[in-house]
Amino acid sequence: MAERTSPARRPRALRRLCRNSGVLIGGGLLALIVLIALFAPLLAPHDPLAQDLTRRLLPPFWQERSVPEHLLGTDHLGRDYLSRLIYGARVSLGVGAGVILVSGSIGITLGLVAGYFGGWIDMVISFIITARLSLPIVLVALAAVALGGASLTTLVTVLGLLLWDRFAVVTRAAAQSLRHREFILGLRALGAGKARILFLEILPNMQATILVVLSLEVANVILLEAALSFLGLGVRPPTPSWGLMISEGRDNILFDPWLIALPGSALCLLVLAVNLLGDGLRDVTGPVQR
Amino acid sequence: MLSFLSRRLFVAFCVCLTVSGLSFALMFLAGDPAIAIAGSGGRAEDAEAIRIAYGFNRPLLVQYFDWITSALRGDLGQSIYFNIPVTEIIASRIGVTLTLGCVAFVVALAIAVPLGIAAALGPNGWIDRIALMIAVSGQAIPSFWLGLMAIVVFGVWYGWVPISGAETWQGYILPVIVLSYYAVPELMRITRSGMIDVLSTDYVRAARAKGLPMHLVVSRHALRNAILPLVSLSAVQLGQLLSGSIVIESVFALNGLGRLAWESLLRSDLPVVQAIILILALLYVVLTTLADILNAGLDPRLRGGA
Repeated sequence: MAERTSPARRPRALRRLCRNSGVLIGGGLLALIVLIALFAPLLAPHDPLAQDLTRRLLPPFWQERSVPEHLLGTDHLGRDYLSRLIYGARVSLGVGAGVILVSGSIGITLGLVAGYFGGWIDMVISFIITARLSLPIVLVALAAVALGGASLTTLVTVLGLLLWDRFAVVTRAAAQSLRHREFILGLRALGAGKARILFLEILPNMQATILVVLSLEVANVILLEAALSFLGLGVRPPTPSWGLMISEGRDNILFDPWLIALPGSALCLLVLAVNLLGDGLRDVTGPVQR
Repeated sequence: MLSFLSRRLFVAFCVCLTVSGLSFALMFLAGDPAIAIAGSGGRAEDAEAIRIAYGFNRPLLVQYFDWITSALRGDLGQSIYFNIPVTEIIASRIGVTLTLGCVAFVVALAIAVPLGIAAALGPNGWIDRIALMIAVSGQAIPSFWLGLMAIVVFGVWYGWVPISGAETWQGYILPVIVLSYYAVPELMRITRSGMIDVLSTDYVRAARAKGLPMHLVVSRHALRNAILPLVSLSAVQLGQLLSGSIVIESVFALNGLGRLAWESLLRSDLPVVQAIILILALLYVVLTTLADILNAGLDPRLRGGA
């Protein structure tokens, strides 16, 4: 076959990616949200923390009584809702990325080592994975954040230390199937070091799998952050987090349901984008059967 | 089968031991529990007195051994806030969580399995597409937000159901729907992919070739084999529904274990939190172990492996 060299395969993979509607829609939406988060200071019409108690609970533009300079209204402290929504994207994406960095490193390392070496090392790591899976994650995260003091750093650390299980499980399985392949055996025969084989040879060969887990885990983390912030043990006020905004809007839910409808919709949109992208990537990179 | 059983039970025992150690350690992660009990304004002498009264001055291993042996006897310590045994508080609350979790689980299965089978019978057909849409959207909607929106729409606008509490059975309707909605996508996906795998095997083709109607092929031959991954996932999902109801309970103001854990955290009542984490973790271990044993009973090939 002509496509044995890698440069020839790249364009084909790219074309397959572009044909997948999930990747296109999810990727496009995610890129948009990332751009909004990056350029939040330029896009937000107001300071997200500036309170104005004379303009509390102004409704969004589709209702009467709305004010043109607050397009999506104001919250119970008179803060501009649109600006808070825009800055909220930063928190969701930032926590998502931070946690994945920690949990991904832990999970991938554990999975690689367990899958490649096997034997008693595999038994020990598999046991750690089983023990971790049996912990009630929301409750343990809540407790740890409560004890460590609610802050962004604690939140990222706690979730990062807890959510590595899926990375570990998937990498372990992938490493197991790769370790007996000829090119790995050849490298071992040549005397390549273990770290080199693990991180420079086996790891790049499971990029696609890891990318899929990564996107699904980001969605998971974003939802967890929102839930923890909603319960009052995640992001601390006045930082604009979508979960926190929902919890703050809860008291006025009877008369101003848009207070929770807006941040919730933003959350759905972001998670949907990440999930569509992840599912699309899985369809494109995975085995042909669907 | 016996060696499989004993091996599986040994692993479960080790996991229980580790998890109990972890939930015990949680209390000491934040620093000195005596100071936490005395409060931030408490005097040093008070903290010292508390340390001696609660036995915090003993070595950690001794304290852990003490805690775990009394836990085995059914004594999970005293609540710092209420000053009554933790088991009493938990016993009064666990019913709500178990009811909520189990009913939601049954509802989720009743929706997910038929939908998954229907989707597998016609891959890429309209049922499959609708099912996939439900799955993708279900995984994107935060459960607490769905709960709040359901309260607004069905409780406030239409007034069909009470908006909080569980004095009557109607109070359970919304929480059960919201909680089961969260479990449906994964259960459906695994039913669908398991069914698709089984339907492409030779024995299913043979059954079809001899003229057996499709519903008999599915119910007699395919389902029994497609159900194995579903059993494992069901245990995991039920465990997650029980421990994940913490958010739903706080949204709907249900007095279950999750809400108790949350309230106890806010008033630093750590023995209660510890006990709830331990109970939920043990429930999970029991459920997954039972699922493994059940699967080994269904499929003899699984008994050999680790």
